[in-house]
Amino acid sequence: MPKIKLPTKSPHIDMTPMVDLFSVVLMFLMLTATMSPNDPATVDTPNSISEKPTPNFNTMTLLLSKDDRVFINFDNGEDTTLKFRPKILAEMGKRYNVEFTETELKEFEKFPSSMGVPMSKMKDFLATKDTKARALLETGIPIDSTDNQLADWILFTRQVNPNVQACIKGDSKTSYPVVKKVLDIMQEKNVKQFNLITNLDAVKINLAEIQK
Amino acid sequence: MAEIIQEEKAGGKKKAKKHAPHIDMTPMVDLMCLLITFFMLTSALNKPKIMEIVLPEKQTDPNAAPPKIAAARTLNVILGPDNKIYIYHGVVKEEDYSNLPPLEETDYSPTGIRKMLLERNRALFKKIDDVSNQVLTGKLVISQDSLQAVKRQMKKDDGTGPIVLIKAYKKANYGNVVDILDEMNICGVAHYMLVDITWYEEKMVETAAGIPSTAVVAKK
Repeated sequence: MPKIKLPTKSPHIDMTPMVDLFSVVLMFLMLTATMSPNDPATVDTPNSISEKPTPNFNTMTLLLSKDDRVFINFDNGEDTTLKFRPKILAEMGKRYNVEFTETELKEFEKFPSSMGVPMSKMKDFLATKDTKARALLETGIPIDSTDNQLADWILFTRQVNPNVQACIKGDSKTSYPVVKKVLDIMQEKNVKQFNLITNLDAVKINLAEIQK
Repeated sequence: MAEIIQEEKAGGKKKAKKHAPHIDMTPMVDLMCLLITFFMLTSALNKPKIMEIVLPEKQTDPNAAPPKIAAARTLNVILGPDNKIYIYHGVVKEEDYSNLPPLEETDYSPTGIRKMLLERNRALFKKIDDVSNQVLTGKLVISQDSLQAVKRQMKKDDGTGPIVLIKAYKKANYGNVVDILDEMNICGVAHYMLVDITWYEEKMVETAAGIPSTAVVAKK
């Protein structure tokens, strides 16, 4: 009986088209992707029909988390020549009698996301490198009338950068009293126009529907 | 050419290769898969949108009279707990404090508050819708900016639609506020404002929702 020869090598599959496709997809994703900002708290924004895109620069974003903490972020987009962030922190330091060193200001400038640290803990916050230790310090910016640091942040941000636009990014579960307080603080500081960050949820209604 | 012929002669028994040598691309594919997954998960494909809001000037004078609003056009929308909306029409006067008007309960669904607002705001909404349709069908050719301006002017001139006062009970949440403001945009309501809730309205909500009353009667 003749022996059946088994193929010793596994059959080669030509992967070139697959690699081609993958390259294209990868290139597309790499070029279009804007990294989603790494927020300290997950925020599930509500939906609206508004189609205006979020501004990329000159923004001051207040983040309201589900557990009623308030965070703030100053974003100046690609433009890094103006260096607003360290200036704002230096002003805040003067106001609260905290002296910040050059390295601490640098650290704050590089800090990539929103922060919610009371001024008393700011130095510790900038000194720690560990993200977990940092998260523990982020108890939210005080908004009480006795210790209204948020108002000062807003005030100094607008002094340093008069063109700043205020945005509010709130979780839909944030309780109304906190929202109200933040809006009141804004109003007090003469920020009358601001943007609520939402997800797009298009709704189309027609007249026929109303006639019923 | 000469070289190639020479080679063939020298090669003698060697078989001429028909295929290009195979490169094992599996590791490359593996890596690419990983990168694609990473980018897909980290990238935010749809950028978040914004909704613009304008707040009125802060009232500094406590004795200033509140702005006069026609009672017949006033629609009070109170955002209650548990994603409920309470509505009453008109104004509560001082002599009504002991006999507060009943609240109408509704919700954020299209058949709830939206239907009600559209009914009240039909005239203006129809006007706005007509213009939008004319632009869509090409009967009217104007730029997007002037379309917005036309709509804004229509809202400004509106004299029949409701004036919606949005008030939030303390158990409402941020999502409710955005939802109701969004609803105003959807229905094309010309005049709406976010105002503070009064003590009697808190009381009305508490009675309607059946929660123990915490409202403090304001002293006059």
